[in-house]
Amino acid sequence: MSVSLTRRRIRLLNRACWTIALCVVAIPFVFPFLWMVSSGFKSAAEIFGSPSLVPREWQWRNFIDVFNYQPFARQYFNSLYIAVTVTTLTLLVSSLAGYALARMRFAGAALIALFLMSALMVPEEVTIIPNFFMMRWAGLVDTHWPLILLPTFGPQGIMATFLMRQYFLALPKELEDAGKMDGLSRLGVWWRIALPMSRPALAAVAIITFLNSWNLFLEPLIFVSSLQKFTLPLALSNFTDPYGMPLWHLQLAATSLAVVPILIVYLIAQRQIIESFALSGVKG
Amino acid sequence: MAKTLTMRDTTDREKASWLTLKMREAMEAWLFISPTLAGFLIFFVGPLIAVAWYSLTEWNLLTQQATFVGLDNYEDALFRNPDFWHVVRNSVIFAVGLVPLNMALALSLALPLSGRFPGVVIFRTVFFAPVVTSAVAWAIVWKFLLQGEAGFINQILAQIGIDGPNWLREPNWAMAAVIVTRVIKMVGLNMILYIAALQAIPRDYEAAARLEGASGWQIFRWITWPLLGPTTLVIMVITTIGSFKVFDHIYQMTGGGPENGTLVLAFYIYQQGFQFFDVGYASALAMIMFVIVMILTLFQLVLRRRDT
Repeated sequence: MSVSLTRRRIRLLNRACWTIALCVVAIPFVFPFLWMVSSGFKSAAEIFGSPSLVPREWQWRNFIDVFNYQPFARQYFNSLYIAVTVTTLTLLVSSLAGYALARMRFAGAALIALFLMSALMVPEEVTIIPNFFMMRWAGLVDTHWPLILLPTFGPQGIMATFLMRQYFLALPKELEDAGKMDGLSRLGVWWRIALPMSRPALAAVAIITFLNSWNLFLEPLIFVSSLQKFTLPLALSNFTDPYGMPLWHLQLAATSLAVVPILIVYLIAQRQIIESFALSGVKG
Repeated sequence: MAKTLTMRDTTDREKASWLTLKMREAMEAWLFISPTLAGFLIFFVGPLIAVAWYSLTEWNLLTQQATFVGLDNYEDALFRNPDFWHVVRNSVIFAVGLVPLNMALALSLALPLSGRFPGVVIFRTVFFAPVVTSAVAWAIVWKFLLQGEAGFINQILAQIGIDGPNWLREPNWAMAAVIVTRVIKMVGLNMILYIAALQAIPRDYEAAARLEGASGWQIFRWITWPLLGPTTLVIMVITTIGSFKVFDHIYQMTGGGPENGTLVLAFYIYQQGFQFFDVGYASALAMIMFVIVMILTLFQLVLRRRDT
């Protein structure tokens, strides 16, 4: 009795130690978010004052000034519609190709898979220069086309293709065969049977693609130059005075506006989101 | 094509329809895959060939003409331009600092968080949160926290009597700051990969070892760690390659400075290509990056194959 009690006590103590240690380690993961939001409410004068998480004076005006300083609402919308477009296109294109690679027999399938796979790891910096000249030649500089086309068809899209292929391979074939017997075309089997069965993979691709597009920086920096066409990450880095020094109170207010909605969605769907990354990470 | 085949083989209907079916399937497959393949050729393979060609030319900004100069740009990088080796040195320091730190922290977090206890999901959620946050936003906040005298970190340090450095204005501290903030941002990803791998280890192994009287450390050293081998290898290569891609984080936090102290290869390519418009040289740098990444990828494939 007493032995088991002390053993339980040791285990509890052990767990408490672990929990405290984890809490300490968690500080640099959580605090930046809190400090970001709190500083977004401070005035330019208070922002470098004595460090306090609660502003002395809640400066709501920052969140209005953000929209006056540059077309922030428009930039917000740009990020949103580009991310939605890239996600939709990627889902369509990658699930088609992934299905073909997983289910259909054709000469060169293995070769194409290998060919595509070789691109998976290559950073976008490698091909960005010729892509810039191509876009300029096509008259697409300072439009949103490069920000849609490059992520959809670049290594990101390829990764989505392999994620879909992997998932299709693990699906039972019988249902699809039955669909074919019932006279469905290949396209019909893909749309009516394979896709509905692969919701988890589609969700994973959607989540990762959306976040990638939402956070994309190099491409907007290189391809977009007019304020009206900026995306969020570019807009955030642009809250500076004429000398290039950051206007911290505005920048942090804007950053809060960009980050907090994503965090809220993340907190609601954290299980799904984390699983999506685990799924793609194992493949990558 | 299909039609002529069926006509020729009218005597053997079975065989003919089988052939056309097979061809039909192949044709449909090509249709299914064609958007991906076309995009891949246009936006990846083409540019890759182009960048290899650009790297052999000198680009004239005035006439917009490319002149063939052979391996001149590579010789520039490797032998004449001291900046290049400085950048390589920075990239290596960045990778060597980031990869072990990231992996050690990821594994130390994954070990307790692969179990089940109240609050485990909260901890996982917290450590993963920076992964979904944009690197630019993350870098903005940390740049703010690391400001010279009035920055939060230095104010806290001052209260315990430490005179903190001007983190982002001194090359070595700036490098350390970029590495550490990057690790905090990305460690959640490796953590969940490790958690998945740990949860896949059968519990019997540990139970059996405990019965034999093995200590916690012995179990980790002789059972858990070897079983994590393949995962560790994958994580190591992914993280190393990822460290070569880091651009937005550094752009926002230090701009490659101070005194080029955080100028890494990805940033150098951007700088040479899009700020100094030295297209030939920047392309040579891009090719060097491509080769490095390919070597790392092959290295991983070979090791993986040897393991299985």
